[in-house]
Amino acid sequence: MSMGDGTEGDFDMTTRQEQARPTDIRVEVAASGHTTESGEVKPRSIVFDASRLSVFYGDFRAVRDVDLPVIQNQITALIGPSGCGKSTVIRCFNRMNDLINGARIEGTVSYHGIDIYQDEVDPVELRRRVGMVFQKPNPFPKSVYDNVAFGPRLGGFKGKMDDLVEESLRRAALWDEVKDKLDESGMALSGGQQQRLCIARAIATSPDVLLMDEPCSALDPIATLRIEELMLDLKDDYTIIIVTHNMQQAARVSDRTAFFSVKVSDEGQRTGYLVEFSPTEELFTAPREKQTEDYITGRFG
Amino acid sequence: MTSVSPEQVATAVALRSSTSPRRRVVDAVFKLFLWISVGVALGTLITLLIDLITEGWPRLNSDLVVNMPSARPERAGIQSAIFGSLWVVGTTALISIPTGVSAAIYLEEFAKKDRWYNRLIELNIQNLASVPSVVYGMLGLAFIARGVLSFGFTVMTAALILTLVVLPTVVIASREALRAVPNSLRHGSLALGATEWETVYRQVLPAAVPGIATGTILSTSRALGESAPLLLVGALTFVTFNPEGFDSSYTVLPLAIFRFISEARIEFRPLAAAASVVLLIVLLGMNSIAIFVRNRFEKKLR
Repeated sequence: MSMGDGTEGDFDMTTRQEQARPTDIRVEVAASGHTTESGEVKPRSIVFDASRLSVFYGDFRAVRDVDLPVIQNQITALIGPSGCGKSTVIRCFNRMNDLINGARIEGTVSYHGIDIYQDEVDPVELRRRVGMVFQKPNPFPKSVYDNVAFGPRLGGFKGKMDDLVEESLRRAALWDEVKDKLDESGMALSGGQQQRLCIARAIATSPDVLLMDEPCSALDPIATLRIEELMLDLKDDYTIIIVTHNMQQAARVSDRTAFFSVKVSDEGQRTGYLVEFSPTEELFTAPREKQTEDYITGRFG
Repeated sequence: MTSVSPEQVATAVALRSSTSPRRRVVDAVFKLFLWISVGVALGTLITLLIDLITEGWPRLNSDLVVNMPSARPERAGIQSAIFGSLWVVGTTALISIPTGVSAAIYLEEFAKKDRWYNRLIELNIQNLASVPSVVYGMLGLAFIARGVLSFGFTVMTAALILTLVVLPTVVIASREALRAVPNSLRHGSLALGATEWETVYRQVLPAAVPGIATGTILSTSRALGESAPLLLVGALTFVTFNPEGFDSSYTVLPLAIFRFISEARIEFRPLAAAASVVLLIVLLGMNSIAIFVRNRFEKKLR
């Protein structure tokens, strides 16, 4: 992690302070232990680490200088106003931004210490370890069973597929609702069921991390609640990063929250940046930044 | 019920159709115009069919499809033309559908849209679709029947030329079908660690099959009615046997009809009408296959 020399003249002084803070977090993480039920203390590790990450679409810088360490078996929430680049950032973790013409990054994103943007890294292999759930449920136009089995089949899964499908659907709290209609189309399920099917599909490849890009924005409150319960249940096995525009949701489910904001240049270009990244409770009760406080109390903009 | 307040009366009046007479007239005129348009299209088709059937009625029997062409009108039939058409169109489909669909997949899924050569290809496909088919016939005569390939006046030559004729439309129709597949499907697949090819082959293509099937079969059936390009490469010859392979001589239905009409003897006229009815039946048959395929796959998907 470079401490950042802050020599890029077009950005103001706050940058330097912002960069200092994530380092504190990394120190804090290294020191903090994770006490298991048996009372044994396990050190936490950092799964993803974005360091001075900037994302460009062509010449336009969409996000600048993000420092974001993501801690294992925690839920990390990214919040902020629209256009602040939170979705752009989450898409860096599984290199989905590669699909956009002219998108490129500066800085580094490392996964268990490995820079995922170096040439040797195959995004296909990365995405097998980093699952993603999208804003709009997007089940494949295939049966419920085939939706879940698609990922494992790609990887040449050798075990009992029936068991894996059942296990994944159970994990996603969907099994009881669909066990009698595994052969029916995934598109025939309700919106909330479709989203849980997408979660089942993602965990069927046994990923390490789940990225969720506003997974509940198309769902009703009851379906949202079920997904939130599911996330809390899943974090024992997975590391979850969630983008949400719902602050209550971030407060309810996440362990750490990153608050992004957006700066509009004189030419009208909107560049997102990370304002504050703290343990969720701290961010919502005692934010370090005035901007965060304004946003969470509804005084933003 | 007994007393109606003035307010209620006012509401009742307001709720009556208050559209101004002028707007209602425009509405009626527009509807009438639409009906006339449909009427003209359907009327033409029905008139044509009735005319063909009445004129061809005496010859619309099994002899027509069993007999071979003959110099004597009472014994002449179109068996060789039916089989010739099926051979030629079948071969055309075999060549043009895989090629066209592959080209569409490349252009839609893999080609970088900002590269100049891809834009050039795209522009050219649009243009090629509107080139008169006789031009392809001349090209085929020079390079396929003679010249480089020298396939002669055979089924293969005809199929290759018709492939050139229908390929642009096959590509355009297939691209349209691929474009209709939502991007969320591609992203869902890629996010699970599928490669680009796995995504196309296992998700995008199956989802696009109904559209591709309809589009390609409809464009290929256009080849059935083509006569101009084949005039130049030997389809007008008097053939009294069915094709036995890609290197056989052949004739096709549109040109059999053309031959009957250009015969001096008036007795050939009903034959032309009867053969046209057969051509229409074959065409409708192909289009029903397209509709059948689409419905079947759509049911499977949804």
